[in-house]
Amino acid sequence: MSGKRRGWRYRGNIAGRAAAAALGGYAIAALFAAAAARLLPLPRVEAVLPGTMLAFFVLPGVVIWTFLARSMVRAWTGVVIVAGLLTAAIWFAGPPA
Amino acid sequence: MKVREGARQTMAWLHGWAGLLLGWVLYVMCLAGSLAVFRPEIGEWMRPETRDHAPAPQAVAAAVGWLQRHADAPAWFLYAPGSRTNVVEAVWFHGLSYTLRALDPVTGVPAMRQTRGGEFFYRLHFELQLPYPWGRLLACLAAAMMLLALITGVIAHRRIFRDFFTFRPGRSQRAWLDAHNALGVFALPFHIMITFTGLVTLFSLAMPWGVRALYGHDSATMFQELIPGAISRPPAGRPGTLAPIAPMIAEAERRFGGGNVGLVSVLNPKDAESLVLVYQADDGGIATSPEAVSFDGTTGRVLADYRETRPVVKAYDVAYGLHMARFADPVMRWLYFVSGLMLTAGIATGLILWIVKRRERAPLALGNRLVERLNIGMIAGAPVAFAAYFWANRLLPLGLADRAAAEVATLYWTWAAMLIAAIALKPRLGWPILLAAGGAAWTMLPLVDIAVRGAATPVLAGGDVTMMAAGVLFAVAAWRAARKHA
Repeated sequence: MSGKRRGWRYRGNIAGRAAAAALGGYAIAALFAAAAARLLPLPRVEAVLPGTMLAFFVLPGVVIWTFLARSMVRAWTGVVIVAGLLTAAIWFAGPPA
Repeated sequence: MKVREGARQTMAWLHGWAGLLLGWVLYVMCLAGSLAVFRPEIGEWMRPETRDHAPAPQAVAAAVGWLQRHADAPAWFLYAPGSRTNVVEAVWFHGLSYTLRALDPVTGVPAMRQTRGGEFFYRLHFELQLPYPWGRLLACLAAAMMLLALITGVIAHRRIFRDFFTFRPGRSQRAWLDAHNALGVFALPFHIMITFTGLVTLFSLAMPWGVRALYGHDSATMFQELIPGAISRPPAGRPGTLAPIAPMIAEAERRFGGGNVGLVSVLNPKDAESLVLVYQADDGGIATSPEAVSFDGTTGRVLADYRETRPVVKAYDVAYGLHMARFADPVMRWLYFVSGLMLTAGIATGLILWIVKRRERAPLALGNRLVERLNIGMIAGAPVAFAAYFWANRLLPLGLADRAAAEVATLYWTWAAMLIAAIALKPRLGWPILLAAGGAAWTMLPLVDIAVRGAATPVLAGGDVTMMAAGVLFAVAAWRAARKHA
């Protein structure tokens, strides 16, 4: 990230990763909170709280990862795969009875 | 820690941007939050004429007596007096806006010196003087950036323990970096705890998706299940008379077994279906809202008594309580205050470093020249504005219409003036002049206080000493800033 040349390629790379970090990071944190709420075998409000609180650490985790990934495309691919897995988990768990 | 050198640089880069983008918002949040630790004490300092004391049941009864004549609202929220405050703080809403009055515990009449007291800093800390929900959302976003900056800062750090003992004073970038590192590392567990728990307090806004997954759009039911003691019922539409409230408070106190009374909510106060909820104060343990007793308003009969025992909800209540710090004894309270100021100073040194680093490399570009001057207006200007709030408290006439709002307006006009001065002046003049203004404003404030307030109390004197100390610090900083550029 400390490249000396600040050309359009560099700016595009940063913008792409920043978008993956902000949108992907929040989406994954949100899906994580929702999946944990659906999967934890606890009364409703008790199932909501643990995932919701942990999600605040998932968010910076994903942001950091999108900037460490070897390329911008890999960052986006990773974000989409994890978001897809979490969405599948939410879907399989189904709505509360 | 084994991290690739390139990865470490990436983390340092991310740390810089995460800190810069909302750095000024974070600075104001942390400064106001540190002051909010002393919310009741600031209230007492700002209302020196109101010195009556009364036990909670009588004080709440006196307050309700006044509210029945003067506050037409669907609910009243009263904060009972306790070991840290003598007044009853009453809040009632009109739609999304609300009125706050500190009521005398004996007469129930609003305090002579109308002020928002420490409540102003408390609200500024997470609402940033913006309309609901935008202020709170911005605070959430800033807190998320803070957490990211803290984590990336730790990873970027080469030698976390050695830097703890490293300080190379002088003019260079290294001195700022050493100060920034020491401030960050010394209270790192506190910084991470306070940022995380701050997000937890606003989870229903910041991260509502777990709630959405199980409750759909019905977050009211979620809150009902989160705090089952907070029962409610619709008004009957027929007028009713509230039974004497003092016996209800006394009964709740008895059930709390020595715990103090905190919030008292009176719902539908003039209706046949009125409801009185008495919550135990948060000062008996870390977790918030441990117990609530509800009463039928017209008969005074106990409807329910809920004590929280669910482990997961307890864990959430502990996280919430750790942020609010109402459990803290005086020593712990000062540790919160000092740690909070260290985080504030860490943010300030980080913002200064952004400029110092770039200035040593090459002449600053226009954007960074603006950042440099806004840094002065925020970092040195905000404390001057905060001092102006206390000056207005002592100098505005007592009977002034909207006096409490005028105090707040004084703060913002002063802040605007500081920002204009910071942008107009060359930075080598701006820093010492604004810091000197802070030094003068804070050191002279206790003198004005002593002239106006009458006999001292421990809180009044403690406030004066703290303000004087802050003033001396600003004066020293101003002197150093002036000498550096001489």
